[in-house]
Amino acid sequence: MQLRFWNLTLGYDRHPAVHHLDGEVESGALVAVVGPNGAGKSTLFKGVVGAIHPLSGRIERAGIDARDIAYLPQAAEIDRTFPIHVYDMVAMGLWHRVGVLGGIGRSEHRKIRDAIAAVGLTGFERRTIGTLSGGQMQRMLFARLLLQDARLIVLDEPFNAIDSKTCADLVALVRRWHREQRTVLAALHDIDLVKAHFPETLLLAREQVAWGETAKVLTAENLIKARRMCEAFDEEAAACAA
Amino acid sequence: MYESLIAPFVEFEFMRRALVGVSALALGAAPVGVFLMLRRMSLVGDAMAHAILPGAAIGFLVAGLNLFAMTAGGLIAGFVVALLAGLVARATELKEDASLAVFFLISLALGVTIVSMKGTNVDLLHFLFGNVLALDNAMLTFMAVNTSVSLLALSVIYRPLVIECVDPNFLRSVSRLGAPVHMAFMALVVINLVSGFHALGTLLGVGIMMIPAAVARFWARDITAMIAIAVATGIVSGAAGLIVSFHVNVPSGPAVILAAAVLYLLSIVFGRVGGLWRQLFPGRHLKA
Repeated sequence: MQLRFWNLTLGYDRHPAVHHLDGEVESGALVAVVGPNGAGKSTLFKGVVGAIHPLSGRIERAGIDARDIAYLPQAAEIDRTFPIHVYDMVAMGLWHRVGVLGGIGRSEHRKIRDAIAAVGLTGFERRTIGTLSGGQMQRMLFARLLLQDARLIVLDEPFNAIDSKTCADLVALVRRWHREQRTVLAALHDIDLVKAHFPETLLLAREQVAWGETAKVLTAENLIKARRMCEAFDEEAAACAA
Repeated sequence: MYESLIAPFVEFEFMRRALVGVSALALGAAPVGVFLMLRRMSLVGDAMAHAILPGAAIGFLVAGLNLFAMTAGGLIAGFVVALLAGLVARATELKEDASLAVFFLISLALGVTIVSMKGTNVDLLHFLFGNVLALDNAMLTFMAVNTSVSLLALSVIYRPLVIECVDPNFLRSVSRLGAPVHMAFMALVVINLVSGFHALGTLLGVGIMMIPAAVARFWARDITAMIAIAVATGIVSGAAGLIVSFHVNVPSGPAVILAAAVLYLLSIVFGRVGGLWRQLFPGRHLKA
């Protein structure tokens, strides 16, 4: 499996949000994507999962089809007033296995219970999702990711607005995925967390500032550069010749 | 007790037919109504009900009070409006609710005009409010078939429909079923409204879809229970409305909807989930 960006430009209404990105994510890599707000992290992820198409250039996903990708969007548009139990919400992770009509048998039920236990939500199975706190909600979504059993896992700011205990538990899951040779891309703002747990980092500010070994990428100089490069859309911008 | 509640149904065939009719209606329409409510599309049912009118009216114009002509016309008009409203919303800046509002007003005006061209005021009243006491065998069979189709189809699309409601992004990330499931669901709305049209008319038919759903919200926290309660509410309202209309001699269609309305008012006050009584007198707070 291979994920490669060839002179990739992604954006909206012809305005680039990710500009001329080249590079490769190796199979089994654990990559942090760091950059200021508006740097194009979420846009890049939408491109990776196929939710938007490149303005130019291309994304090569050799040997990865839709069911190999699990995607946790930022601020998931979840209707928290919908009357559904935590258990059923987590069970959605089995979609590729059971589909529209497939039954959920004993082994699937065990998998669901295991996933719920792995994120520390045992006892919450019959709670409706509206009663969960922000951290519990994120734990539940990670349980669903676990069940998706995907080879490429894309996490868009997964640790925002959650406490340190929850964050530590969820980072442990990410490390577990890394040990299982899954490829993980995660957009993050916490530089210390990235330095502690992510071997590889892409520093993005619409254009690539640096990409490689985390310690070499996250230098003070690069971070300042990233902040400077990231300005707002220019409505009057001319067409890009490159 | 027996005299007032059971005897009317035992003695009179038209009462039995009406009861079977509203029960079939509740079985099919109430679950659809629950999903409309949970998707915050409660008024879409209303809009679609109006949209059916011109189609049924054209059927009436061509073939008179003929079940199949009016039904086919209603189904076609309903599907066309659902499709057009969706297309306009996708292709332009107008949101789907606004484009539906426009389409249903046009449909209503068109429908009333067409009916008035050929029919009398009695016909118009039949179109708008139905006649639940005049259901014949053909109509009852038709309603039963519609309900069966609706329940079967809903059980097939149930899983993706629920996911589409709670977490549309997730469904988009794992499958392309989102749009087809939405269209299938709108088709179920139309089918049930055409059923309801014969018994309760275009204006009141949507009542047996939405009011039981709103009642159920006050009694259940989980969607399965909500659907069961909505169906039961629809059937009970149907029976109660028919009995009241029998004894008091008021029109039966509105009586059925008013019976549902009474259950709704009771639910607002006494409902276990978010009812006023529970909010005003919550009891002492718990330990954990």
